[in-house]
Amino acid sequence: MTLANETFEGAQELQPRKGMKAQELLREIGSVLRMSEAEAADLSSRERPEDETMVINMGPQHPSTHGVLRLMLELDGETVLRTKPIIGYLHTGMEKTGEDLTYLQGPTNVTRMDYASPLHNELVFSLATEKLLGIDEDIPPRAQWIRMLMTELNRISSHVLFLATNGMDIGAVGMMLYGWREREETLRFFEKVTGLRMNHNYIRPGGVAADLPDGWRDDVLRLLDALPRRLHEFDLLMTGQPIWRERLQGVGVITPQEAIALSATGPLLRSTGVPWDLRREIPYLYFDQVDFDVVIGTYGDSFDRYAIRLNEMRESIRIVHQIIDKLPEGDYRIQDKKVTPPPRARIDESMEALIHHFKIFTEGFKVPAGEVYVAVESPRGELGCYIVSDGSSRPYRMHIRGPSFVHLQALPHMMRGGFLADGVAVISSVDPIMGEADR
Amino acid sequence: MMEVAGAEYPTSESRDQTTLHVPREQLADVVMDLRDEHGFNMCIDVTAVDYLAYEAPRRLPQEIDPERFEVVINLLRMRDRSRVRVRVQVPQSDPSVPSLFDVHPGTEAMEREVYDMFGITFDGHPDLSRILMPEDWIGHPLRKDYPVGKIPVQFKGIENAR
Repeated sequence: MTLANETFEGAQELQPRKGMKAQELLREIGSVLRMSEAEAADLSSRERPEDETMVINMGPQHPSTHGVLRLMLELDGETVLRTKPIIGYLHTGMEKTGEDLTYLQGPTNVTRMDYASPLHNELVFSLATEKLLGIDEDIPPRAQWIRMLMTELNRISSHVLFLATNGMDIGAVGMMLYGWREREETLRFFEKVTGLRMNHNYIRPGGVAADLPDGWRDDVLRLLDALPRRLHEFDLLMTGQPIWRERLQGVGVITPQEAIALSATGPLLRSTGVPWDLRREIPYLYFDQVDFDVVIGTYGDSFDRYAIRLNEMRESIRIVHQIIDKLPEGDYRIQDKKVTPPPRARIDESMEALIHHFKIFTEGFKVPAGEVYVAVESPRGELGCYIVSDGSSRPYRMHIRGPSFVHLQALPHMMRGGFLADGVAVISSVDPIMGEADR
Repeated sequence: MMEVAGAEYPTSESRDQTTLHVPREQLADVVMDLRDEHGFNMCIDVTAVDYLAYEAPRRLPQEIDPERFEVVINLLRMRDRSRVRVRVQVPQSDPSVPSLFDVHPGTEAMEREVYDMFGITFDGHPDLSRILMPEDWIGHPLRKDYPVGKIPVQFKGIENAR
């Protein structure tokens, strides 16, 4: 009789995953509230004895719900039993709108989805369009490196925004101010390059809208010089602080199996210890040519997710330094007459160039029929774009797979059994952007 | 052709991406087998396409009869970083497919979105209700016969809404 046999625990032992149903795998399946809004409203207005659980509503207007997320919660005293996220308050039908816009107008539309990292949205849409066109191999290297530079800076600004809102949700209001200040520095650079602080419409099918302006290198270096110091300050302000740790450690724990079963990606998946980063695993652009580490956590709790984002910014700084060194000279957009409008100067002297310019911006370019799915690593996780083309100049179907939308269904599992006040920390650590969840 | 769950299913390629075409009756079994035997351990995305107004020829394998709706499932195999797309034809007369909730619980919200936007029901889904549109909304916005811009504004509790 071996030791293993003696310690056999019968039904409690973990069976192989094969053949098991998902309900059995997810022990906490009872954490999802299955109740319509009308039923809940009826229930919450009813008189009840004191020992019953209570269904309450949180949001949609609540400072800690990151926009307009609404939660229906079943509480036992202060303990959360079941949760149902209710979304759709920001739904504006962007996928439907996208079917009516040409591929050149598409980035203007998708950039408004995840408004904290608009450049990633534009990037994924442009990459999908280029793959459909079959020109994804021909994009000039300079354009690709500029895209990398901009999206990595955008990752920093998005994570800084996370630190700010996370800080405010937990009670470190000072962090709110510092976070917004740092984000503003990055947005100032974006404004210089793209003309807009947000919703840039900068990355377009075929390349980017404009080359980097004079003096961009100094601006980026100034950002990169200041940031590590600031990050160190944030580290001092929060990481070691007992209240901060108390509020985040062990709160909102999720296991790798649960995270994978719930289709979680990005920092949420990495916090459980799964080293999955699309930049490393399925590289796009030139991420296989830069050196960086994938930051992972151990416990899958809110503190790990905070620490991952803080350290991912340091990795992004490393990447941006390498991009500055490697950025080649050349075109910032593809010289394919079908996709790229003629240079401004040609329009003044050539009738054909004027017509060509007019055609591209009114009619757009035709994209061969087919379908494609492309994904990039946005600050929140896998951001995917699925386009079906019927050969016209507008996508027949444009679908964005937003990580915020998918991650919200992990909330009930992460909030179950915790305090309502911890729920705020959990929502914050998922970092949902409701514009992307609702689209 | 690709062998899954003891049967051969036709595949097609678009831009170097593989698509598996599965009859809807076998969908849950196929996805379960892809998860357990083929290692596609994560369901990244569930969406649908309404082919009502599609003008280009539908490029489907010969064995597959085109229908109006198509449910598209994106699966990811983390082991070797590969993806496969599963496409299911769904007829207009009976727009329903088996739910994948038992195989991948992460499809819960995505299936609700497809139901909300296309009116395709998922048999076995624990809570199939509207997710993005209001609960009392009429129609399914991403269908191709849903008009753009000419819909009356719908508000709860207003009698003669425009």
